[in-house]
Amino acid sequence: MNTVADLRHTASATRLPVADDFPILARPVHGRRLAYLDNGATTQKPTAVIEAEARFYRESNANIHRGVHWLSQHATELYDGARATVQRFIGAARADEIIFTRGTTEAINLVANTWGRKQLTAGDEILITTLEHHSNIVPWQMLCEQTGAVLKVAPVNEIGEVELAGFDALLSPRTRLVAITHISNALGSINPVAEMVEHAHAVGAVVLVDGAQAVAHQAVDVQALGCDFYAFSGHKLYGPTGIGVLYGRAELLADMPPWQGGGDMIRTVSFERSTYAEAPQRFEAGTPNIAGAVALAAAIDYVQALGMKRIVAHEHALLEHATAALRAIPGLRMVGTAANKAGILSFMIEHIHPHDLGTILDSEGVAIRAGHHCAMPLMTRFGIPGTARASLAIYNDETDIAALVTAIEKAQALFGTRKKA
Amino acid sequence: MSAMDGNLRELYQEVIFDHNRQPRNFHEMPEADHHADGHNPLCGDQLTVYLRIDNDVIQDVSFVGHGCAISTASASLMTEAVKGKTVAEVEALFKDFHALLTDTPPERDFGKLAVLTGVREFPARVKCATLAWHTLHNALIGDHTPAHTE
Repeated sequence: MNTVADLRHTASATRLPVADDFPILARPVHGRRLAYLDNGATTQKPTAVIEAEARFYRESNANIHRGVHWLSQHATELYDGARATVQRFIGAARADEIIFTRGTTEAINLVANTWGRKQLTAGDEILITTLEHHSNIVPWQMLCEQTGAVLKVAPVNEIGEVELAGFDALLSPRTRLVAITHISNALGSINPVAEMVEHAHAVGAVVLVDGAQAVAHQAVDVQALGCDFYAFSGHKLYGPTGIGVLYGRAELLADMPPWQGGGDMIRTVSFERSTYAEAPQRFEAGTPNIAGAVALAAAIDYVQALGMKRIVAHEHALLEHATAALRAIPGLRMVGTAANKAGILSFMIEHIHPHDLGTILDSEGVAIRAGHHCAMPLMTRFGIPGTARASLAIYNDETDIAALVTAIEKAQALFGTRKKA
Repeated sequence: MSAMDGNLRELYQEVIFDHNRQPRNFHEMPEADHHADGHNPLCGDQLTVYLRIDNDVIQDVSFVGHGCAISTASASLMTEAVKGKTVAEVEALFKDFHALLTDTPPERDFGKLAVLTGVREFPARVKCATLAWHTLHNALIGDHTPAHTE
């Protein structure tokens, strides 16, 4: 019998030589080889990232921006260096356009609470799409309640694509903000962001892109996209939880009021009045997640050393392989088959609820997500309570897909719904 | 067979499949005098429980909705278990059933409900098995806000 290690090293056309970099992949789950296919929720961390965070605390820990002592200056340099790494990674023009947040959700809420509260008034419109994650819906609903602005939603077609015609039809001079996902977390559909930005700018709207599912899976250049804000999380990019990024164009950031008040975000404070620091410090009140930022930079270095072209090629080949393998299963229906799609496979199995499927797959060591994927309106659009979702990353390979297929067949056998192919 | 496979078979017993495929008392009840909705936002499971109570006794009970096999079977088994019992007996049974899935199982005969004991090994699925009971409880106390399991 092959050991877990043997399986990890079987030669394959759709495998990057990275599994050894991720220590968690060596641990069995329920006595089985772990097939981790829940990367849309969070990715695993390579040793380089785990070590970078530990090394910061072992060798470099001090608070930043108070630098009379050496360690503080050292920590500040690492933190600023992480900001520059992010800047280069997403092609921002300036490092001070990069704001560290807790994650995508906080980044979007920051824009809603600063730019949004200052700029929007009753009757203004915010345009989103049906594909959005709750984190790119709810902050705008809250903003609408506060300002009297109106939320508009661009439709998706039967295969899970936002069509430009439907999107354009909702753009008008009243549209002040367009907030769109780069890649759908539930279906994998890739939005034509550059074109959507161009059309939105033509009516004078500002555009925020939710890049949570994109940055680890394709090259992102915010200047090429032309967007005004871009948000993403470190933990879906092989980095730690609790660190994320908001990119904002310098002209917009310069005009935005602060959100949270506190240390580090001020210039001067008196009991009569305080004045605020420039961006990005103005939006980073309090001691930030310094170690997280440093480890996120390590994750970016790791991804770039591997090469985004190789990552895209690998994940695309594996997506094609997995799509064919799943489609061969009788009673399986894919949900979301956009022409332009990232490595996310959402599906339903006839007569088996996604949660039952999730439990049975787990017993085989196959980790997937089951449910609405924080996209309830999208599930409603397709008339389903939820789906089972397998989402791919650099360390996945054909062995993981084989384990997924075998586990689905086991579920069908257990439920007595297995049909002959 | 691994320990996990054993646990899985304990969870998905034939009785569960039977009640999932053909849930008992699965219909609306226009003449109900009590009803409540239940919702597990995390799973999307949704159901409505209907009751007709006379003389403090559950004369009739039914449900409609959709959910996973565990939640559908649990609702179906619940309707069979509570029919003919007094309101106090049903509330006591809910308390004991909840303990059966999450805590020290009390000494009592659970009848067919015992098939759900396998849920103990799957903490993430306890909410599936208890949603119908939380909803029943809300119907009994006249709480018309949707029941949940959190």
